Amino acid sequence: MTVLVLIDHENGKLKQPSRSAVAAAAKLGDVHALVAGHEDVAASAEAAAKLPGVTKVLKADAAGYAHALAEPLAALLVKLAPGYTHLLGASTAVGKNVMPRVAALLDVQPISDISDVIDADTFVRPIYAGNALATVKSADSKKIITVRAASFDPVPAVGGSATIEDVEDAGDTGVSRFISAELSKSERPELTAARVVISGGRGMQNGENFHLIDPIAEKLGAAVGASRAAVDAGFVPNDYQVGQTGKIVAPELYVAIGISGAIQHLAGMKDSKVIVAINKDEDAPIFQVADYGLVADLFTALPELKAELERV
Amino acid sequence: MKLLVPVKRVVDYNVKVRVKSDQTGVELSGVKMAMNPFDEIAIEEAVRLKEKGVATEIVAISIGVTQCQETIRTALAMGADRGILVETDVSPEPLAVAKMLKAIADKEQPRLIILGKQAIDDDMNATGQMLAALLGWAQGTFASKITIEGDTATVTREVDGGLETVALTLPAIVTADLRLNEPRYASLPNIMKARKKPIETIKPADLGVDPAPRLTTLKVVEPPKRQAGKKVGSVAELVDKLRNEAKVI
Repeated sequence: MTVLVLIDHENGKLKQPSRSAVAAAAKLGDVHALVAGHEDVAASAEAAAKLPGVTKVLKADAAGYAHALAEPLAALLVKLAPGYTHLLGASTAVGKNVMPRVAALLDVQPISDISDVIDADTFVRPIYAGNALATVKSADSKKIITVRAASFDPVPAVGGSATIEDVEDAGDTGVSRFISAELSKSERPELTAARVVISGGRGMQNGENFHLIDPIAEKLGAAVGASRAAVDAGFVPNDYQVGQTGKIVAPELYVAIGISGAIQHLAGMKDSKVIVAINKDEDAPIFQVADYGLVADLFTALPELKAELERV
Repeated sequence: MKLLVPVKRVVDYNVKVRVKSDQTGVELSGVKMAMNPFDEIAIEEAVRLKEKGVATEIVAISIGVTQCQETIRTALAMGADRGILVETDVSPEPLAVAKMLKAIADKEQPRLIILGKQAIDDDMNATGQMLAALLGWAQGTFASKITIEGDTATVTREVDGGLETVALTLPAIVTADLRLNEPRYASLPNIMKARKKPIETIKPADLGVDPAPRLTTLKVVEPPKRQAGKKVGSVAELVDKLRNEAKVI
């Protein structure tokens, strides 16, 4: 069995979730990596060739691939598909956008966001925002899969030495066009990629008070999130939302401040490695999932936490 | 121009789902159901496009059991004009759903189809992309802004690390992310009016689609439970534990 992994890359660098996708692919068979892009594609292809487990890198260089638009990328994957039993991508914005399109073109039901590989046909994937784990077996002759990066330790960045082969442009119907990208200028990491996430809830009382979290987030290199209650109350914008209807995060450390722990919030963060809860209500459900709980008024605890982190 | 908006009936997002003891799935009997939250956002966006004079007609489509009519009624109360229910007892997978929606799109000839980016039950995040593929249309997934001008939809997308804007030639597919809008609550007069709006009921076979699944669910289990940890007495103790015990800071 040979598996093709769509590599998500930017500015000549591989995105870490792609290394997790390679790790998942290695459980299935020989791994080839597809690096499609333009200008920076050579550097990315060389980086992909160094990934342990990858035996061949397919490099596709064309202007149409510069911004990873789904339409041309899917056409390329469909053209390459006959040589492979499985096509994988990480559950990144690119993978989630492209892989289902490929699946439909090949008349395959995709298997999204797998968290484990049982065998060549059988995979585990979270459903209901991770409140249940489904083991599913595919009857399709080819499998199209996206990989939940948090569930597979990424392969190391170096150690392999794959050959690099050029593949031809598969063409583009031109129905979509890249206009611009505004990537967050914040020094802070994005919520779904952050090692540490600090979220505020209704207990923050207003948007202004969220600034109490800023210096702590700064100190810990953390992303700032919020519960749906805080978003609904208008304290912070919707893209802060962690939960079933917001972002699903699984950082090394999750700090919940003034969050009671509604089901739909827990669904978005309970896979975090270490959970800390600070809440003045000792019966708050958040304490049932927290590794460390502090029953305290957040308006006292946050300045103390800031001072304590700065002290050492 | 005509808009199609597929809406899915799912377990309400406030319900704590329970895995059945025989591991065949999650308990759905007696559980509160509601429109998938991302589909509410899709309907809201369609209604706003109609209010701006861009859209002329909004058709809400649901695929599933008879009770999906209620989900369509909710869409009609929010401002959709008519509904189509594809009635089936099997819960079709995104591939079959996309094929049925393609058949409906072939007949209805919409210029834009807005879907929720994913359903909060199976979390597949696939139907919009698959429908775009089957129709051969452009796709603007995870949208936080949509502007229609002439034959082009300009869509701002939520991507890893920020936003990306793409221009799509119509007809096109857009999938709605959280920030696209905040859906309205249907007013009582609009709920009453929605009762009179037409809903056509058809079967998958009418669309020439076999809804049989490709994936077999072997089992559904609860994820490993987290143990409640310990309470700490002070901020200083908390920081000490995080540094020296958990070693995460």
